[in-house]
Amino acid sequence: MSHAVHSPARPSVSTQTPALEVHGLGKTFHIGGLFSSQAVRALHRVDLTIGRGEIVALVGESGSGKSTLARCVARLEKPSEGAILLDGIDVLKRDRFQASRTFRSQLQMVFQDPFGSLNAAHRIEHFLRRSLTIHGKGGTGQGSEAQTRRRLEELMTTVGLQADMLDSYPHELSGGQRQRVAIARALAVEPQVILADEPTSMLDVSVRIGVLNLMRKLRDEQGISMLYITHDLASARYLADRTAVMFAGEIVEEGESLDLLANPAHPYTQLLVSAVPDPARAGSYDPVHRARLRQAVMASTACAFEDDPHQRCSSEEPVRHQVGDPRNGHWVRCHLYRPGAGAGGHALATEPLPEPQPAA
Amino acid sequence: MTVSQTSFGSHEPVLDVKNLTVKYIGDTRSTTAVDNVSFSIGAGEVFGLAGESGCGKSTIANSIMRLLKDPANVAAGSISFGGKDVLAMSQDELRRFRWQDVAMVFQSAMNSLNPVLTIGEQVADIFTTHAGYSRKESLRRAAQLLELVRIDPARLKSYPHQLSGGMRQRAVIAMAVALKPSLLILDEPTTALDVVVQQEIMAQIKDLQRELGFSVLFITHDMSLMVELSHRMAVMYGGRIVETAKAHDIYTTPRHPYTQALMGAFPPLTGPRVPLTGLPEGVKFHNIPDLAEVAPGHFVAPFDADAEAGVLEGAAQ
Repeated sequence: MSHAVHSPARPSVSTQTPALEVHGLGKTFHIGGLFSSQAVRALHRVDLTIGRGEIVALVGESGSGKSTLARCVARLEKPSEGAILLDGIDVLKRDRFQASRTFRSQLQMVFQDPFGSLNAAHRIEHFLRRSLTIHGKGGTGQGSEAQTRRRLEELMTTVGLQADMLDSYPHELSGGQRQRVAIARALAVEPQVILADEPTSMLDVSVRIGVLNLMRKLRDEQGISMLYITHDLASARYLADRTAVMFAGEIVEEGESLDLLANPAHPYTQLLVSAVPDPARAGSYDPVHRARLRQAVMASTACAFEDDPHQRCSSEEPVRHQVGDPRNGHWVRCHLYRPGAGAGGHALATEPLPEPQPAA
Repeated sequence: MTVSQTSFGSHEPVLDVKNLTVKYIGDTRSTTAVDNVSFSIGAGEVFGLAGESGCGKSTIANSIMRLLKDPANVAAGSISFGGKDVLAMSQDELRRFRWQDVAMVFQSAMNSLNPVLTIGEQVADIFTTHAGYSRKESLRRAAQLLELVRIDPARLKSYPHQLSGGMRQRAVIAMAVALKPSLLILDEPTTALDVVVQQEIMAQIKDLQRELGFSVLFITHDMSLMVELSHRMAVMYGGRIVETAKAHDIYTTPRHPYTQALMGAFPPLTGPRVPLTGLPEGVKFHNIPDLAEVAPGHFVAPFDADAEAGVLEGAAQ
């Protein structure tokens, strides 16, 4: 990646180890009553790697499992299977029952709703100071108060807020300012990975770009790796180095952001791209084409790579086909293979189709 | 018979808003949320109103529906719907006017469904209350209505929590067009939905609009979405309209610096990756003058090009 910015703060860690690796992650939710054996497979064999100082976008429609992945990685949800490697260390083995403080100081989350994620009863200073205290970043001994104060002001400046806003309550801030506070709170513990779950979708247009630019600045200046979860493909393209497309709990395509959105190989990615409103191709919304794409996603009979002798196709195994220039790291899952999650996704359920039989 | 169906094809506007001014009057100070705004919507026309939060878009929609509550009130101007003065309607007239003549889909309307009643009960309720049909007939029509937005009529027995967000939103849109209103007001109808569902819903609104011939007042901050759906549009800033023209003209040649900034706030899906500055926070334009026609059908509030471009640039840093 051209953006391999190394964190100057952590020279001891090998730059070869990715910041975050997810291997074969799976999550099954049981539904129904106590004696019900029904289950929904929300994630299945997800592999994802985020390099140091890299921003990876995870896109997909609602219900595709994006947030479940983030919640599993953040250890807010217990994954059913798989491994999560942070700095090369399997955190599920290290802290078996719940996330440790060490883990939390390495990985932080920024949530979608800045109106809900800040307690209305506290001043902004409280949120940031608490992060500093809990993680022991506030300084100790003599002059620690002055040190903490300096750090608080520095955090506010970093995220583009005035230091005097520390005395404000959340309701006095705009949505964009609140989201900046949420980012500052995550930054306070000096994490190496930030998971941002739709951080801009609740914000007004006028401030969205500002938050995206801030995230990029943090990556450039502090080398923080990020997982940016969104359904807004244009913003993924704007911010992320690599983009991964999630469908029905599995990643079906991944590659360099510009390349992936210019040459989407999986019908599901094509469906997503064609749904983005773009006046430049107004009137191009073609229900027939979309129905064909849907059909290709749910019950494909052909794969574009079938004639390639170097790449084997399989409807049983999730084969990865390489797309275009290997330097872009762009791969797509074999079209013949269909993710077998319980939920097919809204996009595919809206129009009556020849009933596909999702594997259990 | 509703107005659009009798006057379809004529140039009589369905809705005519003239010099509307809405003020929020407080004890110590008052704010002008909508300042001397005029526009009209023709029969079968889709008119878009764009702008960021707080620019007065929703206040306009609420004034048309006569939903303004204290401390907001209409300080000046007129709203006429099919020749009738909306601001002078009595409670009885309003009861007929709302839903039958003008229906509105609110922002995050999908959360406005009653969680303890089935979808069928809620849809049928419109017909029994407003149209006076029997319960059986109402349920039959409710089923037709759901089919119109491609929801399986079997879902009539479902409760709102059993439907996805997109389905709920489509159900609400179906309810809005149930009585064949001549004007449909959509206030950010897809903000809470993901991009695929958004596209489905927009396509469905387009289809319904073609089929039933109603006019639409479409409010959003997503410029690309608006350009795709609207025939004509207006861009608002600080309670004033700064530019109005055919949607395509605004897309190809935005003239007001604010319109340009708003369009630049969305990263593009094609072309090279260029850093965007977005819109600076805070007030950029003051005392916006009245619109002047710069090209046929293209009205722009006059602005001092150098000075205001400078303001935008400076504040963005």
